[in-house]
Amino acid sequence: MKDLLRKTLTLLSVYYAYMVEYRSELILWVLSGSLPIILMGVWIQAAQGGQFGLTSVGFARYFLAVFIVRQVTTVWVIYEFEKEIVEGKLSPRLLQPLDPVWHHVASHIAERGARMPFAILLVVLFFVLYPQAFWLPNLTNLLLFTLALVLAFALRFLIQYTFAMFAFWTERATAVENFWFLFYLFLSGMIAPLKVFPEPVRAVVLWTPFPYMINFPASLLVGLPVNVFQGFLSIVGWFLVFLVLNRWLWRLGLKRYSGMGA
Amino acid sequence: MSIIIAQNLSKVYPVSVKEPGIKGTITHFFRRTYRQIKAVQDVSFEIAPGEVVGFLGPNGAGKTTTLKMLTGLIYPSSGKLKVAGHVPFRRQESFLQKITLVMGQKQQLIWDLPALDSLKINAAVYKIPDQEFQQRLGELTEMLSLEGKLTQPVRKLSLGERMKAELLAALIHRPQVLFLDEPTLGLDVNAQVGVRDFLRDYNLRYQATVLLTSHYMADITALCQRVLLIHHGKLMYDGSLDQLLEKFAPYREIHLELARPLSKDQLMAYGDVKRVDGRTVYFMVQQEALTRTVSSILADLEVIDLTVTEPPVEEVIRQVFQAGFIK
Repeated sequence: MKDLLRKTLTLLSVYYAYMVEYRSELILWVLSGSLPIILMGVWIQAAQGGQFGLTSVGFARYFLAVFIVRQVTTVWVIYEFEKEIVEGKLSPRLLQPLDPVWHHVASHIAERGARMPFAILLVVLFFVLYPQAFWLPNLTNLLLFTLALVLAFALRFLIQYTFAMFAFWTERATAVENFWFLFYLFLSGMIAPLKVFPEPVRAVVLWTPFPYMINFPASLLVGLPVNVFQGFLSIVGWFLVFLVLNRWLWRLGLKRYSGMGA
Repeated sequence: MSIIIAQNLSKVYPVSVKEPGIKGTITHFFRRTYRQIKAVQDVSFEIAPGEVVGFLGPNGAGKTTTLKMLTGLIYPSSGKLKVAGHVPFRRQESFLQKITLVMGQKQQLIWDLPALDSLKINAAVYKIPDQEFQQRLGELTEMLSLEGKLTQPVRKLSLGERMKAELLAALIHRPQVLFLDEPTLGLDVNAQVGVRDFLRDYNLRYQATVLLTSHYMADITALCQRVLLIHHGKLMYDGSLDQLLEKFAPYREIHLELARPLSKDQLMAYGDVKRVDGRTVYFMVQQEALTRTVSSILADLEVIDLTVTEPPVEEVIRQVFQAGFIK
């Protein structure tokens, strides 16, 4: 237990230091997550001209929540992992008595810590510019949102890390991620809240893992109606599916690993 | 009791082959053809605890593949392997605690941070108590003369310093078995000597077992009592370096400076004349005949200077690999 705590703290503090080394890049990374803000403008315009089930303020809050969720659930592990495989950098990691995934987990979490001040600043700036949209979620929703947010990150990370395993076979695993991202973009609620989807489409989408990574936590934060129980159950369910798949591919992949270029 | 046991170790890789040109590329896209590359074939050897063994072979001979199998990074196609009592590929924690692999061209240190940060991760991962960590850190820093360097970002270190910092990181958990792949690659002569001295020290101080590959023969001659020669994936020789040289290079070179020039024919009587350059003559002489030849030269000819040299080790090894067998 003490060892575990020490490993966790050491990894987090070192990777935090690493992320802070890239201060200026961090600001750009935060800004590169502004797609929801752009879509917010589009939907506010649209809401003024027709009936979409949400008011202008409703859209503003939803997309701000999407922005926050994206800030916390952005994942790039597949790019790092592919590089490690192709350049043989996985080898030194494999020789340490710690699953290499924890380096990636730590670097993602540490990056969150490093980018948070900028993200919060943007949120504050948003409310200054658009005070009508300000709201305070109730405590239950805030707690549920926090839990959903953490789980959404975990699921998004695990799914991408599972695709990363293909790097053992194809050397261009990122192609899989790019294809997947297209579905993620449309079905997760990033482009439009699930509430405005036609009913049959929404029914199908709810069976996929996508809406639980953005629409679900964002809806909890702004107080849109969601099935809380079904939402959490789906996240955990998909997490377990990908966990099994991930460990299976990891084991197979290691047997194939030839430490190319190492 | 051997600490490394390899029995009939083999590794076969599938490698995709592509014909050059656009036609080849299109064929390659639709139908990949693979060729089986036998990187390592039927290699067997044992290494006792505390031994320092050099692993020699031209590029692509299978050295690195063997090292990767020994450390558990890749899965052997066939054969048996035991290192420090473990099957490497299982990569059990107790095994990983006992070994290390240093690759001259691969780094584990985080580039943009001081080496000390990476070392802290290693200390946590290998569960080295804080006090113990500080003590080992001090000891290794001194042995490697890295004082003051560990708090600078790794990218600001010179190549030699970085290599030494890599060694420090690879040894902070005090492994019993060291696998070193080109640890002096790209270093200048001073840095090479530094790394070499350190490895000798480390071996003596902790009775560590070392298996090392290097293209610099000086590394091998300075450190290894025993060498393994591998060529085309097959083990060609396993024994002492001296014996190998005796066996394969049983000749010496005599460099002679005469008082006045003589013709090649006149000199032939004394041995195999390699080159005549005015008053300077180079002879190749069998080792058994060396004393006899030198004394007759000194008796018969008017000599100003005479030196006897051994052929350079690189030269000998090159000849062995060219011949492809050991007599």
